[in-house]
Amino acid sequence: MLTINKLHKSYPIGDSSLHVLKGIDLSVKEGEMVAIMGSSGSGKSTLLNIIGMLDEADEGEYILDGVPIKNLTEKKAAIYRNKFLGFIFQSFNLINYKNALENVALPLYYQGMKRSERQEKAIFHLEKVGLKDWAHHLPNELSGGQKQRVAIARALAANPKLLLADEPTGALDTKTSYEIMEFIQQLNDEGKTILMVTHEEDIANMCKRIVRLRDGVIMEDTFVEQVRAEQYV
Amino acid sequence: MFDIDLWREIFQSINKNRTRSLLSGFTVAFAILLFAILFGLAKGLENTFAEAFNDDANNSIFIYSGMTTKANKGLQAGRRIQFKNEDFDYIKEEFSDKVQYITARIYRNVTATFRNEKNTYNVRAVHPDHQYLEMTLIKDGRYINQNDIDNSTKVVVIGRLVEEDLFLKTTALGKYINLNGIQYKVVGVFTDEGNDNEERIIYMPITTAQRIYGNNDYIDQINLTYNPEMDYDQAIGFGRTITEKMKDRFDVASSDQRAIRIQNMAEANKGVGQMTSALGIIILIIGFGTLIAGVVGISNIMIFIVKERTKEIGIRKALGATPKSIVSIILIESIIITAIAGYVGLLLGMGILEWAGPMLETYFIKDPSVKPSLIIGATITLILAGAIAGYLPAKKASKIKPIVALRDD
Repeated sequence: MLTINKLHKSYPIGDSSLHVLKGIDLSVKEGEMVAIMGSSGSGKSTLLNIIGMLDEADEGEYILDGVPIKNLTEKKAAIYRNKFLGFIFQSFNLINYKNALENVALPLYYQGMKRSERQEKAIFHLEKVGLKDWAHHLPNELSGGQKQRVAIARALAANPKLLLADEPTGALDTKTSYEIMEFIQQLNDEGKTILMVTHEEDIANMCKRIVRLRDGVIMEDTFVEQVRAEQYV
Repeated sequence: MFDIDLWREIFQSINKNRTRSLLSGFTVAFAILLFAILFGLAKGLENTFAEAFNDDANNSIFIYSGMTTKANKGLQAGRRIQFKNEDFDYIKEEFSDKVQYITARIYRNVTATFRNEKNTYNVRAVHPDHQYLEMTLIKDGRYINQNDIDNSTKVVVIGRLVEEDLFLKTTALGKYINLNGIQYKVVGVFTDEGNDNEERIIYMPITTAQRIYGNNDYIDQINLTYNPEMDYDQAIGFGRTITEKMKDRFDVASSDQRAIRIQNMAEANKGVGQMTSALGIIILIIGFGTLIAGVVGISNIMIFIVKERTKEIGIRKALGATPKSIVSIILIESIIITAIAGYVGLLLGMGILEWAGPMLETYFIKDPSVKPSLIIGATITLILAGAIAGYLPAKKASKIKPIVALRDD
């Protein structure tokens, strides 16, 4: 599904540069649910951004679903993002003047899908996250958990191969966090590959594999016994 | 390619951010409003000038004679120069390609009577071409024609007010009017756009006047219009040529200013033309400047909008928006705001001109208005302006890196 070899990334800071990723090797198979952990500054978000094609590596190899991701034009990157990837963010990143339905339909718009078809698909995914009745509400009329569920529906809408979540529960209280995790686990059960950045131990333990980063290198890469979230809900 | 979804996106964005859109539109609306008003006022001023010369043909040249003030070729100063039919014929033949209409004039004062009504009037004895020179409008009947000239018929064409004075409520056409004891048939009644005095004039064939008043071939004045294809400088040159030739003909010193005099409308028109075109250029510069200010204003606000929407653009990019789609959104939004605001300004400006127009006539501004052709020009300009205003911000927006936009602050 995803293979990364000797990935390096550094950011210029003034005259010097900060070496954030110092040779990452990672391979994720289809159907996996991986938590990337690490303290702040460990490079976990940078890694996720590179996997998400929001950022480009300086060095190394990145192959996504058999396609080498290298020297992409902006347009190509946009098309790949749209086709392969679904994003879930800590701060939800919904467009605040669009209602839930329109937010979910947006990636489909960029796929060039017809309006009626878009609406239908968006409703389907909203129903899946249990928010069909909230389809015409604006984000600021929704609770944090609901917003994140809209964001998940949006990430799923384009039927991506890989779901990337950057601290998906970071802005939520514990109860809501578990609800969201329960839902993400369900998606994984259905076969979606999920990659998630988190610094919360309990959230990480709800994944099937934990990759720990420190100072730009992988310290530990272990498969764990998945803790099911529904028992806390 | 018409992409309804793109337009839907844009209108949603404009609609959801009404204050912002209104604010950015305001500068352009105001710029166009000012431009329209300035343009209308200039037009009004131009109309005033045009109308001031509307009464007579504005390509006329009047040739008068007077006394010589300088001795020349053995002839003494103080000699009276008298034009005759042959002088009229000479100009007509010599400059046939440069003359459009030509007429001679004889002035007389008469006492006119019809039944019990009596009044004094100016008589102008003329050639048929005089009608076009003076822009006389025939109300009833006809003007003096060549047949009248050839046969020295005793016919007159009278002004509307002469008919009103003498014939009271009845029609004068076909009746006989008595001028200083001689009966003339009224063959026409005319109106004139000039003042009332112009309508208290009686026209008669020049040959009739020459036979009755002194039985000679004298004429008082020659009026002509030059070929309208000539420009002002050519026409002014033509006027000088006539003066020289006439001075030669009457052995007048070339430095004599009084014996042969010429009044050439081309000279006045040239001045007016220069003034109006200078005014036009000034207005254009001011208008263009205001428009540029508007464009800069909108561009600034669009840059601000892009900054404000950085996060949204980042989200869109993360979801698969291509740089091209981002550019289209910002550019078209800018064009729409500019075009709509511009039109509002234009309509407001036209409305104000329409409303204030009648009050401005005292200030020599007549019928200020904006031509329809200007609206088409304005549309193109506005779309261009919107595109220019939106280009930089759109380019900036398309360069936004989603990773930067999505960073949680």
